[in-house]
Amino acid sequence: MSSILIIVFAPLVAAIIAGLGNKRLGAMPAKLITTGALFASCVLSWPIFIAFLGGHAETSVTPVLNWVTSGDLKFAWALQVDALTAVMLVVVTSVSALVHLYSWGYMSEEPDCPRFFAYLSLFTFAMLMLVTANNLVQMFFGWEGVGLASYLLIGFWFRKPSANAAAMKAFVVNRVGDLGFMLGIFGTFLVFGTVSIPQILHDAPGLAGSTIGFLGYRFDTATVLCILLFIGAMGKSAQLGLHTWLPDAMEGPTPVSALIHAATMVTAGVFMVCRLSPLFEQSPAALTFVTVIGASTCFFAATIGTTQTDIKRVIAYSTCSQLGYMFFAAGVGAYGAAMFHLFTHAFFKALLFLGAGSVIHAMHHEQDMRYYGGLWKKIPLTFAAMMAGTLAITGVGIDDVFGFAGFYSKDAILEAAFARGTQVGTFAFAMGIFAALLTSFYSWRLIYLTFFGTPRWDQSEHIQHAVHDAHGHDDHGHHAHAHDGTAGYHPHESPLNMLVPLGVLSMGAVFAGFVFAPAFLSEGSGTFWKGALVFNESVLHAMHGVPEMVKWAPFGVMVAGLLIATYAYLINPALPGAFTARFGFLYRFLLNKWYFDEAYDALFVRPAMALGRLFWKVGDVGVIDRFGPNGAAWVVSLASRGAVRLQSGYLYSYALVMLVGLVGAISWVIAR
Amino acid sequence: MTSFPILSLMLLVPLVGAVISLMSGRETARMVALCATLIDLALGIVLWAHYDIGGAQWQFQEHADLFAGFSWKLGIDGIALMLIALTVFLMPICIGASWTAIEKRAGEYYAAFLFMETLMIGVFTAQDLFLFYIMFEAGLIPMYLIIGIWGGAERIYASYKFFLYTLLGSVLMLIAMFWMVNEAGTTDIPTLMQYDFPVQAQTWLFLAFFASFAVKMPMWPVHTWLPDAHVQAPTAGSVILAGVLLKMGGYGFIRFSLPMFPVASAHFAPMVWGLSIAAVVITSLIALVQNDMKKLIAYSSVAHMAIVTVGLFAFNRQGLEGSMVVMLSHGLVAGALFLAVGVIYDRLHTREIARYGGLAINMPYYALFFLLFTMASIGLPGTSGFVGEFLSLLGIYQQSSLIALISTTGIILGAAYMLYLYRRVVFGVQVHADTAAMPDLDAREWAMMVPLAVAVLWMGVYPETFMAPMRKDIGTLEARVAIAKPRGDADVKTVSRKAAATAAVALGAARVGGVK
Repeated sequence: MSSILIIVFAPLVAAIIAGLGNKRLGAMPAKLITTGALFASCVLSWPIFIAFLGGHAETSVTPVLNWVTSGDLKFAWALQVDALTAVMLVVVTSVSALVHLYSWGYMSEEPDCPRFFAYLSLFTFAMLMLVTANNLVQMFFGWEGVGLASYLLIGFWFRKPSANAAAMKAFVVNRVGDLGFMLGIFGTFLVFGTVSIPQILHDAPGLAGSTIGFLGYRFDTATVLCILLFIGAMGKSAQLGLHTWLPDAMEGPTPVSALIHAATMVTAGVFMVCRLSPLFEQSPAALTFVTVIGASTCFFAATIGTTQTDIKRVIAYSTCSQLGYMFFAAGVGAYGAAMFHLFTHAFFKALLFLGAGSVIHAMHHEQDMRYYGGLWKKIPLTFAAMMAGTLAITGVGIDDVFGFAGFYSKDAILEAAFARGTQVGTFAFAMGIFAALLTSFYSWRLIYLTFFGTPRWDQSEHIQHAVHDAHGHDDHGHHAHAHDGTAGYHPHESPLNMLVPLGVLSMGAVFAGFVFAPAFLSEGSGTFWKGALVFNESVLHAMHGVPEMVKWAPFGVMVAGLLIATYAYLINPALPGAFTARFGFLYRFLLNKWYFDEAYDALFVRPAMALGRLFWKVGDVGVIDRFGPNGAAWVVSLASRGAVRLQSGYLYSYALVMLVGLVGAISWVIAR
Repeated sequence: MTSFPILSLMLLVPLVGAVISLMSGRETARMVALCATLIDLALGIVLWAHYDIGGAQWQFQEHADLFAGFSWKLGIDGIALMLIALTVFLMPICIGASWTAIEKRAGEYYAAFLFMETLMIGVFTAQDLFLFYIMFEAGLIPMYLIIGIWGGAERIYASYKFFLYTLLGSVLMLIAMFWMVNEAGTTDIPTLMQYDFPVQAQTWLFLAFFASFAVKMPMWPVHTWLPDAHVQAPTAGSVILAGVLLKMGGYGFIRFSLPMFPVASAHFAPMVWGLSIAAVVITSLIALVQNDMKKLIAYSSVAHMAIVTVGLFAFNRQGLEGSMVVMLSHGLVAGALFLAVGVIYDRLHTREIARYGGLAINMPYYALFFLLFTMASIGLPGTSGFVGEFLSLLGIYQQSSLIALISTTGIILGAAYMLYLYRRVVFGVQVHADTAAMPDLDAREWAMMVPLAVAVLWMGVYPETFMAPMRKDIGTLEARVAIAKPRGDADVKTVSRKAAATAAVALGAARVGGVK
């Protein structure tokens, strides 16, 4: 399957051409080359996926180049394709191709277009290297490569201080996770003597009962390795504790949020856990850890999502929360369900982001939902797309009839958590159900605030600017402003190159679950995965045996969330204000995102700076220099004593001391 | 090629160039310097091409007895070859960096540089203990002059500090060398590398050499000369200081401390680890609060060199190879970063970070190169910075997970201070009109940046080119230090009795010696 070489490297070549050509090349060639490369990759990826769906494809490894050989440690550049990779290939290339296309419209006014498209393609290349890795180090290469692209794209508008801060934060917080990942790789090599993923997974069962020394204590080997690696996953996938960068990453252009911070990069952690599932299966403790972190994140992020007013931040916290679902699915052993949710989520969350981008585009860069309202008539196609995304994320559907994408994957995850029967499984189930309620609430809240009610556009500075610019110096224009809250602004539907991706992704959000659920989730899906991940049939059986109440619970909370949101934001719009006034503390706690940023600032950022200054001014200058070179008399006396000792009769020593003395004297003369 | 004295020729060419430029005016001197360094680069390529990978340990040997038992004895192994390659690669770039920046006493300046090239190559080729010593210490002199004469405002203090620190260490080393020659009866370095010094003597011999190498490295807490030296040195001085002179400490450890005093090395390994992790954490934090670009990069060099010492004293293959790759990579990357600073220093004549900002707007290609070198400094996979760092840290993990953990925090702190630098210099809005008016790279600057960028990526993607020549020599060294290699105390893998049998089978050769 040499098409994989084209799939992976076409985006790289395109990125190099567009990036180095930059302004000399011009916007149109850069757009054409990058988008063309991505569509080529996409078109080549689907046949691979379909071949695996049909059950007649085998795992293949395409060697590219030797990388590092150091003693027993050997790893090479190679592209491995199995079912798990095939899933990621279609997700990454499809969403990326659509996002490239969408950016034609969304970034049309941007003078720095070639750079943007180069970054997007570079990202795609790194992501593809990540998912095709057959050793941990290449995975780490992709891991860091997507981090670099993410950094560059978050900071794309580098004139904005907030964008620069967010970009840097994303990179540094991810590096905290990478610390775990790197130590995990080191430990893996120590234990297995290799970093080849197939070899590790093959040898993993041998770990049973073994222990490893770590930081002076002894722990279960698999637990140490898995938790270290999982810390890496927590960083990349923005899990509780290392999530703080993701909401800030919304500083990047919206297509970036859709591609990187929703559909692909942030799911790399889930992919890693699934890829290494045979290793994780060796450590119940690590799986418990994964489950608890995932479940906590899915709850925690959903609570914050209910209070945010920036449309992108709501979706960002939603992403964080949905990633939590994927992780606890993996934690309870339902890797297929985790991957399926990753798959469906990629479509509907990319759709939601691109839809939000279309709204922002229509509303002249205004992102605050408080200044939206009544938009459905103005931008009906965007509205339809956002509805499809919302129906998918909230999991609307009826068993055995039809459901939107999220219905299949989320319900499967919740059932699996319950069916696991362990305490953490039940905890995850409870958290997941509660988060589903919140998901439904904040998703519909977003729809109502944006598309329904009366327009509140006149309060937006962006809109005011737009209107002012449009009217120029014509003072009469102001009289035209009716008291309908529109400020005389006319939102326009987005151009076709933005609407087409929305349409395609809407198809995904509507049908992806229905069409692909059998392949990912049924008893027969073992033939699809072919050992690419641990396919746990007992979990699957248990899922079918869960009580009816458990099966209907997600549906129930989904309806409840819808009703609450409908009442609070459509029927009685005064209610949210009254509620926040009544429960001010809780509201502020959620609005301020549980005060994580403030805590980290006080715990890490400030102390690091203060310590740096201390070590510099007190350590280096105050102690080392003072008692070192600046204690000149002391040094000179010591040096002369040393010179006396040198008079040992050797010709060399005289020659040297003379040489040194001579040069010292000469340089003294020259230097002054 | 063995009969042809290519090494002597490589030493001679810059020396002749130095003499000519000393007597020439600025225009001629720089042309002579460029030609001499390019000829040496060409000779370096020939050297590499004819180096027999996997062949004899010492190649291109030359030997001539001089007065009083003092002999002119040259020869290289793969490790030396790589460091020579680094030197001859960086030198023409340094001349290019000085092309317009140096105006006063240019003839002497280029002479100092060329003289230094001779000495640096001399250090890596010398096979006689005292020849090495002379080259090693004399290398200070031109650097001392370059800082002291062509440096910034505080150049006298900086050069004084530089000289004092480095000389102090070398006195102890010289004493130790006398003792060693007495004991072993030879000044031949390859022989000494196989000589088993008495264990008690190794302790103080090790410490004496350590005093010199630790300063050169530089290791915490004898690093404070470096920030001052870098800040005051002209751009090319910083490039060669970071690029090659800092490698002499590491080379010293590899060539002397480890093979000659393996027992003492193992004994003192915890001390080295301790100083190294202190350096990683402390100097990284200090780098975070710097307002001077060169000082920031200088402190980051200390942190990176600590990864070298950590890897060297891991006593295993990955640690040793990783350390060498870190040295080569740091030579390229730190050199490139100082060059990048020099490019904008030439335009604005300030190193103060706050005076810059928004360079991505008016200098997009500069921003791109700077980004690449920043990422390489951070150790992004695919750049040279990653390979060495990864191997070194992997090496030390096998000895101590705690040391590995603390050393690895360098990847977080490194990202923090480098990205903070990049953000303040390249991103943001253009505040100052003169900064905004700076033009992008000119042809000369492109010619300096492109080779460095290519080398950084090459070493990141296919490091085999650079690791292959050293493999055999590092294997020899590994075998040598294996005598005294400390046990990987924390991480020996043990298996409970019940599962021991199955696990042993499943793990195949169970490479970690400690499956009990």
